[in-house]
Amino acid sequence: MNDFINGISESFVKTFITEDRWQQILAGLGTTLEITFFALILGLVLGFLIAIIRSTYDMNLKGKKSKSAGDVIVKILNAVCNIYITVIRGTPVVVQLMIMYFIVFLSSRDGIMAAILSFGINSGAYVAEIVRSGIMSIDKGQFEASRSLGFNYRSTMIHIILPQALKNVLPALGNEFIVLLKETSVAGYVAIQDLTYIGNLIRSRTYEAFFPLITVAVIYLVIVLIISFFLKKLERRLRNSDH
Amino acid sequence: MTTDNNVLIKVENLHKHFEDIEVLKGINAEICKGDVIVIIGASGSGKSTFLRCLNRLEEPTDGKIYFEGVDITDPKTDINLHRQKMGMVFQQFNLFPHMTVLRNMTLGPMKLLKQSKEEAEANAMKLLDRVGLADRADAYPGQLSGGQKQRVAIVRALAMNPDVLLFDEPTSALDPEMVGEVLDVMKSLAREGMTMAVVTHEMGFAREVGTQVVFIDEGVIVEQNSPEEFFSNPKNPRLKDFLSKVI
Repeated sequence: MNDFINGISESFVKTFITEDRWQQILAGLGTTLEITFFALILGLVLGFLIAIIRSTYDMNLKGKKSKSAGDVIVKILNAVCNIYITVIRGTPVVVQLMIMYFIVFLSSRDGIMAAILSFGINSGAYVAEIVRSGIMSIDKGQFEASRSLGFNYRSTMIHIILPQALKNVLPALGNEFIVLLKETSVAGYVAIQDLTYIGNLIRSRTYEAFFPLITVAVIYLVIVLIISFFLKKLERRLRNSDH
Repeated sequence: MTTDNNVLIKVENLHKHFEDIEVLKGINAEICKGDVIVIIGASGSGKSTFLRCLNRLEEPTDGKIYFEGVDITDPKTDINLHRQKMGMVFQQFNLFPHMTVLRNMTLGPMKLLKQSKEEAEANAMKLLDRVGLADRADAYPGQLSGGQKQRVAIVRALAMNPDVLLFDEPTSALDPEMVGEVLDVMKSLAREGMTMAVVTHEMGFAREVGTQVVFIDEGVIVEQNSPEEFFSNPKNPRLKDFLSKVI
């Protein structure tokens, strides 16, 4: 029994205390959060832009002849967005990350920047489809009522459509946020020392698998729980107008 | 262009196709200030499409629509400006569910007419009071009954101070006991001289406050007359048939 407890405490010490490994874990966590945060913002910006372009096309131009220069631009942008979504959703994120790091960032080798761009661009494709589904789910009558008051297309989007669409897709967006956080765990493929990478590093140094890996898992879980908590709160606040 | 100052809307040879189907086949009409034009017809006759062409919610395929002397079918006209003067009330109310009743009513006046918040809200409260809903100003649309929603939709359109109101079957989605409260509001507007174009199945309303009743069948106006003549002495056989079914 004593041997057992000694064994546990020894592997605990090796995992966390020796060489100040707990600080490495914290640093890894910081890297994971940094990549996730900036990729999330990039993904949201890209996703919203693409969703607006795609739904503008779907609602106004699909199967119709272009009447103005603006129509032509939207059609071209829509085609570009389609290619983007097809390529991004059709290839594994880890492959995209490696292409970004080993090809695009060949000279600078700025791993974190490459990761932020890869995960952001990847997430953008999914956010775009989520937001687009939200926009398309809003009743056509909302558009018509707004336009009949005299609002132009842009103001209608900003004041009437997007607030309602966003509320409807918030759970799906939150899910995408959580997926993004966990997806960054493949950043180690390009030598970024994120949380997962550090956990694995400690495992290989100490020949102790249990503590490092379980610790990493628990940290992810706790972050996801925190995110979920705030998302639920936000959802509840936005539900105020539902009765 | 017309020289008659009283003509608010003039429609010339209006055509509308949806893909291969021709819904409107050349409609000519005039709506003068103070007119209450009631448009009736069977389902699928094109009466709603006609109304929705007037503010270009449906783009006319061919023909001209003049509103206050301006050709609004011209792609160069800024339709958004003209729509501010043409209020519309829908069958499905189409209130903005994420905003309170008051916000529904002040959004347009504040953003488009540049009214101050105080001005827009004071005006909205006056209008709400008029339709007996002042106490629901802070409610969300989801908390209102159908009749209340439609009354809010009417005053939301009125808050823009329009020159004409277009009603697209405003009572068709209502429970029978709520039809009266909406019609009462519409009647009082008509009596005050508001110019209105109303697509409806409410023959009583047409008879009571209509200045002209129009019967649309298969995309053309087949009969148009004062309500007395229209109902007591219909000439077109299809109108006779239609009236015999609905009255």
